[in-house]
Amino acid sequence: MYNKATIIPGLAIFVLFVTFPLWFNAFSTASTVPKPELPQGGEKECVAPAAEMRESHMVLLNEWRDGVLRDGNRDVITVDGKEYGKGLQLACMQCHTSKEKFCDTCHEYTSVDPYCWDCHLSPEVAASKKETH
Amino acid sequence: MIEKVFKGNSRYWMWLAFLSAFVGVGAICYLRQYLFGLGLTGMGRDLSWGLYISQFTFLVGVAAGGLMLVLPYYIHNYKVFGRLTILGEFLAISAIIMCLMFIMADIGQPLRGLNMMLHPTPNSMLFWDMVVLLGYLGLNVICAWVILTAERKQVKPPKWVYFFVYLSIPFAVSIHTVTAMLYCGLPGRHFWLSAITAPRFLASAFAAGPALIVIACLVMKRVANFDAGKEAINKLTTIIMYAALINAFFVCLEFFVGYYSNIPGHMHSLEYLFFGLEHNGHVYNNLVPFMWSSVLLCFGGLGLFAYMKITKISTDLMVGIGCAMIFFALWLDKGLGFVLGGLVINPLHEIVEYYPTANEIGITLGIWATGFLLVTLMYKIAIDVEHEVEA
Amino acid sequence: MDKQRRKFLKIAGATALAGISAPAVVQLTTSSAVASSSNGTAKVHGAPEGGHKSAAHGADDAPTGVRLGLVVDMRKFYGKPELLDKAISACAKAHNIPQIDNKKSEIKWIWKAPFENVFPEHSSYHSSKTVKENDFLVLCNHCDEPPCVRVCPTQATYRLPNGIVAMDYHRCIGCRFCMMGCPYGARSFNWENPRPYIKEYNPDFATRMRGVVEKCNFCGERIALGKEPACLEAVKETGAIVFGDLNDPESEIRKVLDKENTIQRKPSLGTKPSVFYIV
Repeated sequence: MYNKATIIPGLAIFVLFVTFPLWFNAFSTASTVPKPELPQGGEKECVAPAAEMRESHMVLLNEWRDGVLRDGNRDVITVDGKEYGKGLQLACMQCHTSKEKFCDTCHEYTSVDPYCWDCHLSPEVAASKKETH
Repeated sequence: MIEKVFKGNSRYWMWLAFLSAFVGVGAICYLRQYLFGLGLTGMGRDLSWGLYISQFTFLVGVAAGGLMLVLPYYIHNYKVFGRLTILGEFLAISAIIMCLMFIMADIGQPLRGLNMMLHPTPNSMLFWDMVVLLGYLGLNVICAWVILTAERKQVKPPKWVYFFVYLSIPFAVSIHTVTAMLYCGLPGRHFWLSAITAPRFLASAFAAGPALIVIACLVMKRVANFDAGKEAINKLTTIIMYAALINAFFVCLEFFVGYYSNIPGHMHSLEYLFFGLEHNGHVYNNLVPFMWSSVLLCFGGLGLFAYMKITKISTDLMVGIGCAMIFFALWLDKGLGFVLGGLVINPLHEIVEYYPTANEIGITLGIWATGFLLVTLMYKIAIDVEHEVEA
Repeated sequence: MDKQRRKFLKIAGATALAGISAPAVVQLTTSSAVASSSNGTAKVHGAPEGGHKSAAHGADDAPTGVRLGLVVDMRKFYGKPELLDKAISACAKAHNIPQIDNKKSEIKWIWKAPFENVFPEHSSYHSSKTVKENDFLVLCNHCDEPPCVRVCPTQATYRLPNGIVAMDYHRCIGCRFCMMGCPYGARSFNWENPRPYIKEYNPDFATRMRGVVEKCNFCGERIALGKEPACLEAVKETGAIVFGDLNDPESEIRKVLDKENTIQRKPSLGTKPSVFYIV
C-alpha cells in the first residue's frame, strides 16, 4: 500500500468519526430513557391509551386541528365519561400542566422540535402574564 | 463543462470576489432577518409588499426577456442570433433563481414553503406563479445544457430537446403574464386593477431582458474575447427600442385613464408617484425623483437609439449607455413605481410611505450579486465552450 | 459505455424511480385518516368560490346553512369613544392580540377610523357633524366572496360553512398575498415575535407566532361555547352590536336589517360583506 502512514491513521479517524453517535452516547447521560412526569392531579386516563398516545399523539393533534379549524367541528369529545375540548390548551394542558416536565422530556430525547408552543400557551407561560384584576 | 468556471484570468476572479463580498453581506443580513422576523424591513401593515417583491416582479420580466432571442432563432430561423440564444437561456435561469430567492426572503415562514406544493390551490395566482416559474426554470436548464453539450461535441442537438425549446416560448410569455395576474386581479388595488398591466409587464420585460444581454455581450467583447456580431446587436437594439416604446405608450395610456376619468382610485397613485400627494397638510412625494428619472432615462435611451439608427453611427459605448439607460428606467418603473405606487395608498385611503431598511437593502444586494455571480459562471461556460469549438 | 451497462443502468434507474414513488402513490390512493383529511380539505376548500357562489346567488332565493353576520349600530357609539375602546380592548384581551405602538408593525383585528377611511366609496363631501367628529368601528367583513381566500396559495385562509372567513396559522407561509387581496385592510402580519407585546395572556386561546397573517375570526371559539363575540359582549348593555344568522329570517339581526337603513364598505367590489353599519 502506498502512503500507508497517512491512510491507515486517516481511516481510523474516519471510522471513529462515523461511529461517534454510538460510542459517545454509550458513555453519556443522553441515552437514559426519559421519564415524563405524570399529571399532578392524579388523573390516570387520557383521551387514548398511553401506548397509542406515545405512538400517534401528533397525528391525533393534527386531526383535531383540521377538524376544529377547517371543518368548524368544535364538538366536545367524551372518553370514559370525561369531556375534553379538542385542542392542546383545551385538553392536553389541562392535565399535563408542565410542558418542561412532561412534553419536553421525550421531545429532547428524540431531538424533536415541534413548533406548537410558539403559539399555544403552556400553563406556566400563561400564568406569567395573568390578569391582575 | 462546469470545470470551465475554475479557469479564468485575474479580472474574472476579482469580479467573482467582488460579487461574493456582497453575497456574504447579504447572507449575514438574511440571518439577522431569519432570526428576528420581517420586522427588520421597512414593510409594515399598510405596505406589506416592498423591495423584495418588487425586485421579484422586475426579474421575472428579465427572465422572460430571453424569449426575444429564442423566438427569432428557433421559430423564424434568424441565424444571426445563433450564438446568443444560450446567453438568453442562462440569463433566464439566473433571473428565475433570483426570483425564487427573493420570494424565500420575503415570506414569513420560509420553512413552510413546501405547503404551496403539498396543498395545491388552483384558484390562487401565486400557486400558478410557482408552477410556471419552476417549469420555465426546468425548461431553460434542459434546453441550455443539452444544446450547449451538443455544440461542444459539434453535433446537432437531439430531436427531443426541440420539444422543450418550443414549449419554453409560451412559458416565457406565461411567467410574466401570471406575475402580472398577481396584481391585476385584486379588487382592492385600483392602481393595479387594469387589463393593460399584463401587456405593460410583457413590453417592459422584452426591453429589459435583451438590454441586459446586450450589455453583457459588450462587456464580454472586452474581457472574454466574445463578439456577438454587429448585426445581432443592431437587431437586439431595434427590439429593445420597440418594446420600450410600447411600454412607454402603455404607461401614457394609464395616465390618460386616470386623469381624464378623474376617478381618484386610478389617479391618486399616479399623482403620488409623479407629482406628490397632499393629504392632511402633509406632502407625500418620496418617489417623485425616481419616477422622473425613469422617464428621462427611458426617453433619453430611446432618443440615443433613434439617433444611432437614423445617422447609422453606432459605437459600442453608445449602445451600452443606451441599453443601461433603458434597463434602469424600466427597473425604476416596474421595481419601484408599480409595486410601491399601488401600496402607498392603503385600502382605507390612508397614506403610508415606504423606506427600505439597511438590512433589507443588504439582502436585496446580496441576491442581485448572487444572480450576477450565476450569470458570470454560466456565461463563462458558454464562452469557453465556444472558444473550444472554434479552436 | 457498452450496451449491457447502459441497459442495466436504464432498468436500475426506472426501478429506483418506481420504488421511490410507490409509497407516495399508495398514500394518495388509500384513505388513511390524515391523508383523507388533508386531501378532503383540499377538495372542499380548494374551490370555495365554486361551492359558495351557488349558495350565495341562491341566497336571494333559498339560502342554505348558517351565514353569520354583524350589524354595528354606530348611533349608539356617537359621542362615546370610550365605548369603542371598550369593544376593541375586549377583543384584544380575548385573543391575546399584541399591543405594538409602532404604526408600521401594529396588529389590529378591530379598530376605529374616520368615516372617509372606513367608507371611501361613500361621499364625505359636506358630511354631517356627527360623522366628522366620530370614529367608526372597523373589522374583517367576513365576505361571502372573499378575495383573500381566492388568492391564498396554501388555503391557509378559507371560508367555513357558517360564513366565517377563518385562518389556519399552522399552514400560513406568510406570503401576505391575502393582505394584498383584502380591499378593506382588515389583515395584520406578525413582523416579529408578538409575545413580548402581549399585556396579559388569555389561557383559553393561543397566541400567534411571527411570520403569519392574522385577523378577526368572528370569535368562532366563543360561538362554539354558546357565547357571543367579545366586542359585542363588551357593549352588551347598549345593544350597539348585533350578531346572528343572516340566513334565518326570524333572527334578531334580520329584524334589525329589515327595520334600519344600513350601509356596507365598498359594495361595488362584489365581495358581499357580512358586516353592516347603521350610521
